[in-house]
Amino acid sequence: MATAVIETGERETYLNKEYGIKSWLLTVDHKRIALLYLMGITFFFFIGGFFALLIRLELLTPAGDLVQADTYNKLFTMHGQIMVFFFLIPAVPAVLGNFLIPIMIGAKDLAFPRINLLSWYLYMIAGVMMLYTIINGGVDTGWTFYTPLSTEFLNTHVISAGLSIFVAGFSSILTGLNFVVTTHRMRAPGMTWSRLPLFVWAHYATSIIQLLGTPVLAITLVLVVAERLFHLGIFNPALGGDPLLFQHLFWFYSHPAVYIMILPGMGIVSEIVCCFSRKRVFGYQAMALALLGIAVVGFLVWAHHMFVAGISLYAALIFSILSYFVAVPSAIKVFNWTSTMYKGSISYQTPMLYAFGFIGLFTMGGLTGLFLASLGIDVHVTDTYFVVAHFHYIMVGGMVMAYLGGMHFWWPKISGKLYPEAWGRLAALLVFVGFNLTFFPQFVLGYMGMPRRYWDYSHSPEYQILNVLSTAGATVLAVGYLLPMVYFLWSMRYGKPAPDNPWNAAGLEWKIPSPPSTYNFEEQPVVTWEAYNYDELDKRAEEVPVAH
Amino acid sequence: MFQTMPLWPARASSMANNVDALYIFLLVVSGMMTLLIFIMVVFFAVRYRKRPGHHAEQIDGSHALEITWSVIPFFVFMVFFGWGAWIYFQERKPPQNAAEVYTVAKQWMWKFEHMEGQREINELHVPIGRDVKMIMTSQDVIHSFFVPAFRIKQDVLPGRYTVAWFHPTKAGTYHLYCAEYCGTQHSGMVGSVVVMEPKDYEAWMGGGGNQPLAVTGERLFSELGCITCHRADTQGRGPTLAGIYNKPVLLEDGRTVTADDNYLRESILQPTAKVVNGFKPIMPTFQGQISDEQLNALVAYVKSLGQQPSGQTGGKSIAAARPQTE
Repeated sequence: MATAVIETGERETYLNKEYGIKSWLLTVDHKRIALLYLMGITFFFFIGGFFALLIRLELLTPAGDLVQADTYNKLFTMHGQIMVFFFLIPAVPAVLGNFLIPIMIGAKDLAFPRINLLSWYLYMIAGVMMLYTIINGGVDTGWTFYTPLSTEFLNTHVISAGLSIFVAGFSSILTGLNFVVTTHRMRAPGMTWSRLPLFVWAHYATSIIQLLGTPVLAITLVLVVAERLFHLGIFNPALGGDPLLFQHLFWFYSHPAVYIMILPGMGIVSEIVCCFSRKRVFGYQAMALALLGIAVVGFLVWAHHMFVAGISLYAALIFSILSYFVAVPSAIKVFNWTSTMYKGSISYQTPMLYAFGFIGLFTMGGLTGLFLASLGIDVHVTDTYFVVAHFHYIMVGGMVMAYLGGMHFWWPKISGKLYPEAWGRLAALLVFVGFNLTFFPQFVLGYMGMPRRYWDYSHSPEYQILNVLSTAGATVLAVGYLLPMVYFLWSMRYGKPAPDNPWNAAGLEWKIPSPPSTYNFEEQPVVTWEAYNYDELDKRAEEVPVAH
Repeated sequence: MFQTMPLWPARASSMANNVDALYIFLLVVSGMMTLLIFIMVVFFAVRYRKRPGHHAEQIDGSHALEITWSVIPFFVFMVFFGWGAWIYFQERKPPQNAAEVYTVAKQWMWKFEHMEGQREINELHVPIGRDVKMIMTSQDVIHSFFVPAFRIKQDVLPGRYTVAWFHPTKAGTYHLYCAEYCGTQHSGMVGSVVVMEPKDYEAWMGGGGNQPLAVTGERLFSELGCITCHRADTQGRGPTLAGIYNKPVLLEDGRTVTADDNYLRESILQPTAKVVNGFKPIMPTFQGQISDEQLNALVAYVKSLGQQPSGQTGGKSIAAARPQTE
């Protein structure tokens, strides 16, 4: 197939087919929509990151001296809301999933290209509403919107923030719907379920959660807004409501949402580990089943966020034991990635460095999750920095590592250009070191008892040293995140043209030109091989000298 | 420098050693698991690095291995679960004879009321060696009572009582935090728990002049007119309250509930919610009429009824609660 392509730069691609703002804003090409998402997501990532830096600077000293208490409360609220709803949840599915799923299964586009564009518009409308909220003075409910604080006691922009996330939720639902239908209906001949790349399986599992979970969040936020406007008495005990009802509804979505964030990252890591080990994934079936297992059991553990909230003793026991059930498939995945490397032929390009980082940090994040699932420990460490450290190990150490690994892995395909490898490795190292320096001390802080969401800890100056370490780490982390931003942009203009398959990787996306043409495939591909057929690829590479 | 950076909070309650023991166990086991993964990743990455003449060997997987690394972690996890649950059971079941302290949380303050009538704000004095049960409610939003040195935490909710208990073992002054975000001055909603030698505690308590909480409640009981219906004989329009605390009560819809703190509280604020069998729903609501402190006093009074001179349940003051026999 590659023989038909002439590398003159004149070839028509999805990038140069049309020019002008209109050709982007009205596009129905999944690849262009992925790039539209990439811009929005990157923008919000840096806004949320900026808030995080201010939080870390405030905590450098025990006294609340950099910003006011209310400002600090707004900073951690908006950091959380932006990072969760405008970065972590959409990032991998809407950028990499959008770009790659149709290509990986041999389709021209997603099942509903216009709905895909609608998803992006909903995301942007939600984003504008969030920016409106910020510019008008922000919101200080905490990203969790706990009632009755959010409904009766705060004078900030709770309604616009809530509605913004409500709209973002629909964007997420539509993306999930699109992926489920696409995976069922659009697979190329021969692309059976057992030949799907794990990246696609991961997004399939994620989409199911998005479809089933997100409506509950939408309902909950509507109830919060209604309670705030009309004082219905759903969550307010003074009117006969129940504040714990809110927590049940909120976590019914927001715990599975953790898996919306991490499962696509697991898909990326599976692709990368196989490619840079030159091996078929160890235990393909177990890996696919584990993804589905996490998605299903993940719906049954929400109240482990509420062990000290006032739920019954027996409810707590059930939710504790179920939380351990969901840890088993996660353990399976870690062991399988590691075993995939066994007897491989391993090279250490940037994407693989991120995958190493992911495996290590996800392991630590997962294991500290077992601390929190253990009732006796949770009572002491919940709502402290231990929890903050734990979920940042999963979200930032896991998901963001995987996202960056995936961006480096597929950047040649997306942009048609190579990023500078040495800079890539340096950034990966900075991110890893900066991350651990930022968040490891927080485990210790949490066990010592420092509560989260504290603006001022001058009553407990013994926490300062660890906070200084954490803030120092955050600055390293910031540099690590800015670097890829700079050299990716640089590479778009100055980078070397990327060959069709720079990694000699398996998968349909590497059999088409970089960057792809608008309809991805010149003719309908027919799949006759299993996923991750690296033995065949390597054999062929030895027989025929690399074409490019 | 490191002297100023402790890695543990003080251990000042009977629960602290239990929790720390489990924590250390979890640290060791998960440390070993992490180390195992790290060593495997690093060893494979070096041993099987790409080099001329070296080829990957394709392995599809192994059902035996998949089962091994599902089942073994599962059993390890069940130990984590069981041990944690065992501690939680103790944390959630206050001893029968525990002394009681009523707690009202509000933005951004902790108010404590001892059964003897002493009131404290943001400071709680307790003696070594007594079980202390905190009966807590909030006047506004959700707060959380957190004493790291005791390893306990319990959310404090508006509209109901939640309970936490501890058994102090070491004299000292310990941090008390609000652990549930509660608005502007959340990080200012801090205080201290002062654990004292019993002798010092007696001296502190002897400050005197306070009216016991149940006596305050008794006065309110007649001032608010409760006494006209809830008479000591069985002739009143409302059920008699003597001795009902922690006893089962048959409701008019056939259900049976236990007349615990939360039931008493609800029956004062929403009298028609759970009406006792044989009585009419004629009691007016006191929602908005009385403060949380007055409500606590009324509940304390009802609990004290029918259990003098030394009943086995509820309403114990710290001074009256017997020290645990060592």
